[in-house]
Amino acid sequence: MLEYFLQHILSFAIWLPIAAGVAVLFTANDNKPNATRWFALIGSIASFLVTVPLYTHFNFADGGFQFQESFQWIATFNINYHLGVDGIAIPLILLTSFTTVIVVLSAWEVIEKRVAQYMASFLIMSGLMIGVFCALDAILYYVFWEAMLIPLFLVIGIWGGPNRVYATIKFFLYTLLGSLLMLVAFIYMYHQTGSFAITDYYQLPMPLNVQVLIFLAFFAAFAVKVPMWPVHTWLPDAHVEAPTGGSVVLAAIALKLGGYSFLRFAMPIAPDAAHHLSGFMIALSLIAIVYIALVALVQKDMKKLIAYSSISHMGFVTLGFFLFNNLGLDGAMVQMVSHGFISAAMFLCVGVLYDRVHSRQIESYGGVANTMPVFAAFAVLFAMANSGLPGTSGFVGEFMVILAAIQVNFWYAFLAAFTLIFGAAYTLWMVKRVFYGEVANQHVAVLKDLNKREFLILAILAILVLALGIYPQPLTDMTNASVTQLLSHLAQSKLGVVSPVGTGL
Amino acid sequence: MENIRYDLITALPEMILLGMAMLVLLLDLFLKQSNRIAIYSLSQLALLIAAYFTFTTHAPGVGYAFTGAFVDDAMSDVLKLMIYLGTSLIFVYTRQYIQLRNMFRGEFYALVLFSVVGMMIMVSGQNMLTLYVGLELLSLSLYALVALDRDNARATEAAMKYFVLGALASGMLLYGMSMIYGMTGSLNIADINHALMNSEKTHSVLILGLVFIVAGLAFKLGAVPFQMWVPDVYEGSPTAVTVLISSVPKLAAFAFVIRLLVQALPTMAVDWQQMLMIMAVLSIIIGNVTAIAQTNLKRMLAYSTISHIGFVLFGFMSASINGFISALFYIASYVLMTLAGFGIILLLSRKGFEAEKLDDLKGLNQRSPWIAFMMLIVMFSMAGVPPTLGFYAKFTVLQAALQAGFLWLVVFAVLMAVIGAFYYLRVIKLMYFDEPQDHHPIQAPMDMRIVLSINASALLIIGLMPQGLMSLCGYAIIKSLS
Repeated sequence: MLEYFLQHILSFAIWLPIAAGVAVLFTANDNKPNATRWFALIGSIASFLVTVPLYTHFNFADGGFQFQESFQWIATFNINYHLGVDGIAIPLILLTSFTTVIVVLSAWEVIEKRVAQYMASFLIMSGLMIGVFCALDAILYYVFWEAMLIPLFLVIGIWGGPNRVYATIKFFLYTLLGSLLMLVAFIYMYHQTGSFAITDYYQLPMPLNVQVLIFLAFFAAFAVKVPMWPVHTWLPDAHVEAPTGGSVVLAAIALKLGGYSFLRFAMPIAPDAAHHLSGFMIALSLIAIVYIALVALVQKDMKKLIAYSSISHMGFVTLGFFLFNNLGLDGAMVQMVSHGFISAAMFLCVGVLYDRVHSRQIESYGGVANTMPVFAAFAVLFAMANSGLPGTSGFVGEFMVILAAIQVNFWYAFLAAFTLIFGAAYTLWMVKRVFYGEVANQHVAVLKDLNKREFLILAILAILVLALGIYPQPLTDMTNASVTQLLSHLAQSKLGVVSPVGTGL
Repeated sequence: MENIRYDLITALPEMILLGMAMLVLLLDLFLKQSNRIAIYSLSQLALLIAAYFTFTTHAPGVGYAFTGAFVDDAMSDVLKLMIYLGTSLIFVYTRQYIQLRNMFRGEFYALVLFSVVGMMIMVSGQNMLTLYVGLELLSLSLYALVALDRDNARATEAAMKYFVLGALASGMLLYGMSMIYGMTGSLNIADINHALMNSEKTHSVLILGLVFIVAGLAFKLGAVPFQMWVPDVYEGSPTAVTVLISSVPKLAAFAFVIRLLVQALPTMAVDWQQMLMIMAVLSIIIGNVTAIAQTNLKRMLAYSTISHIGFVLFGFMSASINGFISALFYIASYVLMTLAGFGIILLLSRKGFEAEKLDDLKGLNQRSPWIAFMMLIVMFSMAGVPPTLGFYAKFTVLQAALQAGFLWLVVFAVLMAVIGAFYYLRVIKLMYFDEPQDHHPIQAPMDMRIVLSINASALLIIGLMPQGLMSLCGYAIIKSLS
């Protein structure tokens, strides 16, 4: 029984939340929203528990794919339902299933209309995103990657703010455009290898110009998702309009899909192009880190500020990737997980305020700490973490990446380190304006402090942020073997043994 | 004697359907309006019987009848079964609609059955004249169907346009055929191919004939620059007829292209590849861009059809077995999608209300979450977003085109698909993000709701397991063409 479960654990991790979502949709009764909420919560907790054995039964010494499953799916094109995870994917899977529980909890009494559809969207989305992290077949991956847009599109569009339609359509079209170019790259490589297996692509030698084109096709898909400057403009719009849960999922997980995919596809499939274009990628990352941080500084809308801060922090992730050393990649992984916790917490904090005052503008607040002391304590903690205070998880990833950058080029590190200043500036300035000072107005004066549910959510996240900040070892242990293996793969050139025939290239 | 027997057995489904269509016409005279439902049942029965005989007489080989003018191969059988299924769904979807609009008469069913016979002859024709006769039987039935609602000025206008342009296209097609006949001395598909194989170089008259044939085909398919009739006819026809025009005849048109271009003129592939390429690109651009400006749902779907045809032509222009399989897969998927799409419009319409404006869909999610969800699947499927069937349709066509070396055209096509996604998303926006304006209860017979649900769910289910349909399309093409 346990044996069977462990053999198919990835399928369970993907399909359990999806099944729970569909069940929620069909059993829902709009007159009894509480039953729906409990059902969704149980479904999300069960889905999280299913992913826990990925950690406990993981072989840390093995950098390859574990928990593999494979059977034929579409024979005509040699497409297989092939799943497997390595140390890079598992932390992100755990992050996904954990965040879903948080999202369900955070929506508890906040979402009043069409509760079942809301909960179902997030459960289904969770399964699809886990699918992205597990898929080892390009088309299977692509199906999960694209299908995940559908529930997110609906979540932003149905439960979002006043300008939600613009934001959600922009989000969808932006991501679709990039993804379709990636699909063309997949098909191209299929005609070269006769297979859609990612591992076959790893072995496919290609001349540099082909590799560059393939890399750019992947770049179109992943850079939009990460998002990297200059294709980031959909993110602030989407974040501002999305309901709290949507923002949390976007920031905590959806952005990681892009980061993860660079490691899974773009870099190992086109390693020479990755080296060739590393200067370009690092430049974009540094622009994101410095310039976007400055943009964040002038925001008046709290969600927009956190959205820009997300882009800036994700710049560290891509910077870490393209330094091509162990420390940088490990740091980028830590940064991804840490950003998942911190950005989720920051958006939840904004959600707490928004639920009470219905404004996201910084100027609507002031002196919140006087009326909501407990909440203020949490918010300050997360703000510190966001600006990279040592002892919080935000520090670890950024510090590792900066150290790695120094090994490559001092100026990279110099520029990247600016974020420690700018990050502190925009975050703490926001905290100052919102939480400190005199009570600004009537609305703030009547604020009630956190209820038990909100306290629980924020407390869990606070513990995780501190734990990861003080003792990140379990996470780096998990990623280390896979990162080492990835780097050794990246070090080998795949340049042209075989030149492609009849491709028009 | 043996020969005639074989001929008759080969064409048995056609003859049965023709007989049943006559019977419907005759029986209609003796029925009161309250008993007309018998005609509906009889028509469905006719399709069922035809399907039975098509299925049971299916043989893996290729059988010729009527001195080679008629063929029974895997492709014709598969396409015919698809046509029966599609037509049967159309009967279910349209019953209430035509009942409420005083069109529930024997003529409707007889004409649809005649058009089905026309399609079957197009599918099985192995001689240019047979093909032409099938096409005309289909077209004339459709012209009459568009005008069936006599007092509707818009429908009459649409029928007139359809007829004039359709007759012109038929003329072009015939003219092209006559040139091919003049150069090869035969009307038989296989003989034309033989004659061209043995001749040294391609005569310019042949090219001219090919141009006319391709133009005629493009008109029937609705590809740019011969697409002008499509939006007007789709919008003007009663929705019960639009659903027919937009769906199953495309299957017959597929076979028509295969017979005329692939089987008769494979030696001129280089020439027709170029023509199809230009038409494909233009269709995708004009279909997708113009659809954005539409406020009428039927008109929007008409432009969407034009862009879908562009994608089908991508499959054809690859001029490989792989390409033809993908084109068939695309057409089959398209028919399933479009049936569900128009089925939902029919479901939402009621007496005196057509549900054809985009705004009529506003807030559908609050009126009926299930219908809204079905439309959502249809729209995402048309946009080509996985995990729906439409994704695999685009995927197969694009991989065939890429295999044929059209890398940059494929990149162009996916960029256009993004533009296309916009107007499908707008439909979803209306259904899910807007408040309803119309609060009438949605009334529809239970059988229609169930069949429509299966139809729309199939887009998702086949999307998750597309192997069956892919194998079927592969079987049809490989057995017939190689």
